[in-house]
Amino acid sequence: MRRVLAVIVGLATLAIAGLTISLFREVNGSAISSAPSAPQATTTEQIARGEYLARIGNCAGCHSARGGEAYAGGRPVDTPFGAVYAGNLTPDKTTGIGTWSADAFYRAMREGRSKDGRLLYPAFPYPNLSLTTREDSDAIFAFLINRIAPVSRANTGHALAFPYNNPYALAAWRLLYFRPAAQQPDASQSAQWNRGAYLVQGLAHCGACHSTRNALGAPVAGHTYDGAMMPGNDWYAPSLTDKREASVADWPVEQIAQWLRDGTSKTGSALGPMAEIVFQSTQYGSSGDLAAMSEYLKSLPATTAKRTSNATPIAPVNDAAKRIYSDRCASCHGDNGEGKADAIPALAGNRTVTMANTTNLITLILKGGFAPATAGNPRPHGMPPFYHLLTDADIANVATYIRSSWGNTAPALTELDMVKYRNALGVGR
Amino acid sequence: MLRMTSICVSLAHKSVSGQRMTNMVQRFLIISALAIASTIVSAQPALSHEAMTGRVQACISCHGKEGRTINQEYLPRIAGKPAGYLFNQLLNFRDGRRSNPVMAHLLQPLSDAYLREIAAYFSALELPYPAPDAPKASNDTLRHGETLVLRGDPARKLPACAQCHGAPLTGVAPSIPGLLGLPGAYLAAQLGAWRAGQRHAQKPDCMGDMANALSPYDVSAVTAWLAAQPVPSNNKPTVSVAALAAPLPLRCGGVAQ
Repeated sequence: MRRVLAVIVGLATLAIAGLTISLFREVNGSAISSAPSAPQATTTEQIARGEYLARIGNCAGCHSARGGEAYAGGRPVDTPFGAVYAGNLTPDKTTGIGTWSADAFYRAMREGRSKDGRLLYPAFPYPNLSLTTREDSDAIFAFLINRIAPVSRANTGHALAFPYNNPYALAAWRLLYFRPAAQQPDASQSAQWNRGAYLVQGLAHCGACHSTRNALGAPVAGHTYDGAMMPGNDWYAPSLTDKREASVADWPVEQIAQWLRDGTSKTGSALGPMAEIVFQSTQYGSSGDLAAMSEYLKSLPATTAKRTSNATPIAPVNDAAKRIYSDRCASCHGDNGEGKADAIPALAGNRTVTMANTTNLITLILKGGFAPATAGNPRPHGMPPFYHLLTDADIANVATYIRSSWGNTAPALTELDMVKYRNALGVGR
Repeated sequence: MLRMTSICVSLAHKSVSGQRMTNMVQRFLIISALAIASTIVSAQPALSHEAMTGRVQACISCHGKEGRTINQEYLPRIAGKPAGYLFNQLLNFRDGRRSNPVMAHLLQPLSDAYLREIAAYFSALELPYPAPDAPKASNDTLRHGETLVLRGDPARKLPACAQCHGAPLTGVAPSIPGLLGLPGAYLAAQLGAWRAGQRHAQKPDCMGDMANALSPYDVSAVTAWLAAQPVPSNNKPTVSVAALAAPLPLRCGGVAQ
């Protein structure tokens, strides 16, 4: 008996020692010297390719502060654990990546580790970017080094709560949830599908917003692309696998590609954070890459499984709701929620209206929104904000009305549901 | 297009052979820059007034039908303001120099070219102005406000508002706004926002410097006097900076001078 106990204690001690060593190793990664391992032959083609790939990855989206210089960093990326500030990617030698090598840049993309060996927070989506090939990583690096003017802007320290600000906590997270990976081509699929999978899963990091995360912010096996709240709780990145949300399984590939390029199609427009993604990133996608991403997105397994909803059951339509609709909504969306072709989305059969998660619907009524200005839709229409014109009761009422009219059969919203949205948006009455 | 304008403007700065010559050169260069800019914009055919009205419903929801305000106190009228001024404000909201979460959200996915068209749409609206409210300050305060607006305070090196915003205070095309026909509370809130670091213009932020040089009493006097003035029947902005009596006393970001 005593012997068994000794073995257990011994094994436990070994396990703890092993874990400690692993964590210590993870935290104390090696630095990469400034000198590149081999001189880099940079061509204009490679730089142009890098600029294109940086667009697809929307690197500038996080690595530029609002109104700040492109790629000079400083934008806070909000997470449930605090704000992580994107770094300076300009080739400034003291505050940017001017002394980095292509090796160091590739290690950051693939392993989430800075040039000096420091661990990077996964708000920089290296769990996705890890799939990026060495060739593509080198191209992006060549673009940043050769085409971006150096900007001297020291990186902003992250504003993370304890214990998430501790490198050992991050090391533990990485031991649990992160392994550097490479794209494994699926031989049973076309080259186009494989290209799409590489971009969607990797550089374009669609899953960074559209996939469920656990309480520690890590992806949950089996829940890839099944929808998730954005950190501010003011938008919901809808499921790309649920036909009642944003699955495109039933769309022609051309229509998906058009939506990614123009930000709009006959079934509706990109709004909110996705409007920014189209504006800054996907509108620049080549027709080949957009077709590839579309084919992959279309192939995602589609479900219609019941999801839990805390909304109350369908309520009978009342006259007050009808009156609000005809006063405020019908002049654009039509008496029967039919919308206007190429301008105003229909509300009948609109999944943003009917999906179980009503965040986007209510945010749009409160704050309004423009579809992105793109080459294919340079002067988009804008939905007006109503936060100052309608009471919570009015909005709950009219939202219930459009969710249950013209063939829509979604459950009602109540005035109580509105409180959290007003709070998340910071818009009072 | 922006780049082209700024090249012309910086050229204008370098011609320093006599004030009159400078003004003429500036005027020529600004006019040619605007002409070039307008041909570039018109590369994409302009939309009809009705088509634009349908697109800018999101603006009208707060700034009122035809660009008049629905809430006199804090939402400004935008109809008839100089297009360059409106465009600069749209950029300021989109890029975080002015702070309003709903404006920032709405403008985030919009291009400079489209924002320029939206600015032009509201700038072109010609609508009558309501009569001003009765003055809300003492006669002494109003006199102090009038002095600062029309004559400034040389002892404190404060230029008069009229030196930049035009003698009739109706603004200067394309980028300096008029100061009449606005609610006193809105004017005071803007000067207050500059003083509190919540409103910025492109650098150099001349209005930020001005607002910080004013005392709280100056702010209430200036805004009370301005809000009590009727808008003159000719409410058009002065045609250009070059047409002002004297060059601008300050350098201002986003303002060709």
